[in-house]
Amino acid sequence: MINASNLSKKYGNNTVLNIEQLNIPKGQSFGLVGNNGAGKTTFFSLLLDLIKPSSGQITSKDILVNNSEDWKPFTSAFIDESFLIGYLTPEEYFYFIGELRGQNKADVDNLLAQFEDFFHGEILNQKKYLRDLSKGNQKKAGIVAALIGNPEVIILDEPFANLDPTTQIRLKSIIKNLAETQGVTVLISSHDLLHVTDVCERIVVLEKGEVVKDLATSAATLKELEAHFAGNETLVNEAN
Amino acid sequence: MLILLIEKTNSIQMKLKHFINLEWKQYFRSAYWQKSMALNVLLVFVALYFVVTFLALGIALYPILKDTFPDQDPLNIVNSYLFYWFLADVIMRFFFQKLPVMSVKPLLTLPVKRSKVVNYVLAKSCFSFFNFLPLFAIIPFGTMLLGNGYPAVSVVSWMVSIFIITLGINFLNFIIENFTSETELSFLPIIALGGSLFALNYFNIVSFTSLVSGAISSIYDTPLLLVVPLLLLVVLYVLNYSKLKAKLYLDSSLKTKVQEVNASNLEWTRKFGDAAPFMQLDLKLIWRNKRPRSSIFILLIGLLYGLFFYPNPVYQDQSWMFAFIGIFVTGIFLINFGQFIPAWDSGYYKMLMSQNIPYKQYLKSKFTLMAVSVVIMFILSIPYVYFGWNILLAHLAAAIYNIGINTHVILYAGSFNRKKIDLNQRAAFNYQGTGAVQWLLGIPLMFLPLAIFGGVYALFSFEIGCLVLAVLGLVGVVFHQKLMTIITTKYLDSKYKMIQAFGQDN
Repeated sequence: MINASNLSKKYGNNTVLNIEQLNIPKGQSFGLVGNNGAGKTTFFSLLLDLIKPSSGQITSKDILVNNSEDWKPFTSAFIDESFLIGYLTPEEYFYFIGELRGQNKADVDNLLAQFEDFFHGEILNQKKYLRDLSKGNQKKAGIVAALIGNPEVIILDEPFANLDPTTQIRLKSIIKNLAETQGVTVLISSHDLLHVTDVCERIVVLEKGEVVKDLATSAATLKELEAHFAGNETLVNEAN
Repeated sequence: MLILLIEKTNSIQMKLKHFINLEWKQYFRSAYWQKSMALNVLLVFVALYFVVTFLALGIALYPILKDTFPDQDPLNIVNSYLFYWFLADVIMRFFFQKLPVMSVKPLLTLPVKRSKVVNYVLAKSCFSFFNFLPLFAIIPFGTMLLGNGYPAVSVVSWMVSIFIITLGINFLNFIIENFTSETELSFLPIIALGGSLFALNYFNIVSFTSLVSGAISSIYDTPLLLVVPLLLLVVLYVLNYSKLKAKLYLDSSLKTKVQEVNASNLEWTRKFGDAAPFMQLDLKLIWRNKRPRSSIFILLIGLLYGLFFYPNPVYQDQSWMFAFIGIFVTGIFLINFGQFIPAWDSGYYKMLMSQNIPYKQYLKSKFTLMAVSVVIMFILSIPYVYFGWNILLAHLAAAIYNIGINTHVILYAGSFNRKKIDLNQRAAFNYQGTGAVQWLLGIPLMFLPLAIFGGVYALFSFEIGCLVLAVLGLVGVVFHQKLMTIITTKYLDSKYKMIQAFGQDN
């Protein structure tokens, strides 16, 4: 589904991302972990053609993303709050996104009905603009908006941050469901190792822009990841 | 004790250094600065122009007055006009001078005293260009007075008093802005106030002219009276200080107010087909955000702009002006709204770019909005026909030119736009947002057609001038699709740069 080869992004002499080969098959729930500056958001931004690769290429369904815009109809994303339009109400925002993705109001309403639990009565019919919602509620709206229009690829950057525990648990089951039963390719990044191991069947660890681990999730994965990140820390301490 | 005192001054200097350092970085590290050197150069030239004008005024004033009114004291004549000078100063400042902006939120939790932040911002405002400009006129004029044997102490106190009053106006302006910034039509009160002061004076109900001139003369006679303007200055400073300090809390100005939604379904935009969702978005953008909403109220000013000229017999023969006024009247929304495309959407530009939208549709919506506004403005301006048929003709030609050429020009120019607009902005010291820079941008849009029309008018006739403008506009309309393709390519080319710049906060 998604294929990155010899992909790199440099700012001046500083290489922030350098991936030789990364292949994400259709329907996989894919997790990206790494410390700050590891290149997670850079990777997602490249995938969405928001920044230009310094070398190499990234294809989505065999479409070169920085060459054609044909990947847009089946791809959706929520990276940060800048994906929201602050002066719209959540409903208006959902309908607007729906319209861009060829969905009418009824389609959108249908989809929203499935997420009543997730919204916890704090999003719809509040008579509030998105800019006036709390960070967590904004995130909920953004995540659900990314599910509109039956996308085949969904990219969520740090979806668990800022959410309350109940919502985190609900979000996990939503993501699992998307990948397992609907065949959607879900890409998420997170700092929370527990959540990623819960949700993703495959986890890639980035470090200074390079892929250092590529794991199929198993019972031992969480331990391995914890050991990896703790080990890193001690190494750094020794170096200092 | 002494050591403590030294330490104290040291720490004050330290903080001042930090503030200046922060602002320096904020200014020079912003994408905007790097992309708009040309504009900055232009601003410097405008500033130089004013400096030279004032300098010339200051040097030439004394001899001219002496020549024209040999039996009057030039100083008295100048004093009698000071009221108008001060009044003009207040009004000009209201529109062009902004209280220096400083992002205070990050500072609130740091060990920086609130009073220091406020003092710093106020002190910084004293270094505004507006405060120094009068000096270029006052000092040469004062020197001329000295050269002509006026008593030195008096002349110096005269100059000092005017400078103090200028500084006072500086602080008065912020108080006025502070009071009026909450309302939509913030410029109305100042116009009304200025107008009524002027009228009271003009019809001799209260003669401010002689009041001001009397007051300044008494300072000239008794330099000790300088204490009075000085006290006024202190009072204004303290007022500003307490107002600003009260605002420096998260829950007053920094926190956003929750607004009740006013929803409307805007179904009629469906007529515009593909572009409909964006049209709806744009209309909501305009209506629900303070900043773009003000461009609607400017429509009113634009519409009435013709009244400054047409009823005046002086301009009746100056028909080369008509096309210019026509461009302005029918294009006021176009210019006002268009100059910030696509920055209006800068807050969520990343999202738009990752969505399934053809760029062309997005731009078409903006184009349609501007074109429709021109048509509406033209229809509203039809009553000007009262002042002559040729005015209607000129307006029609100007409207066609606006639709055919200016819309495309402004859309194209938008692809060079690198300055983010924060629609939600209610930052502590930011009142109106539009500075001198934005006013300057309107120049090429209005003066190019003026040059074309004026040239043809001079060579041939008024009718042919209108015809040329209209034909140019029609050519633009005919090649609309082609032009939009070019513009779209340009936007696509600068896509990454725009995303990066719009991601920046300053």
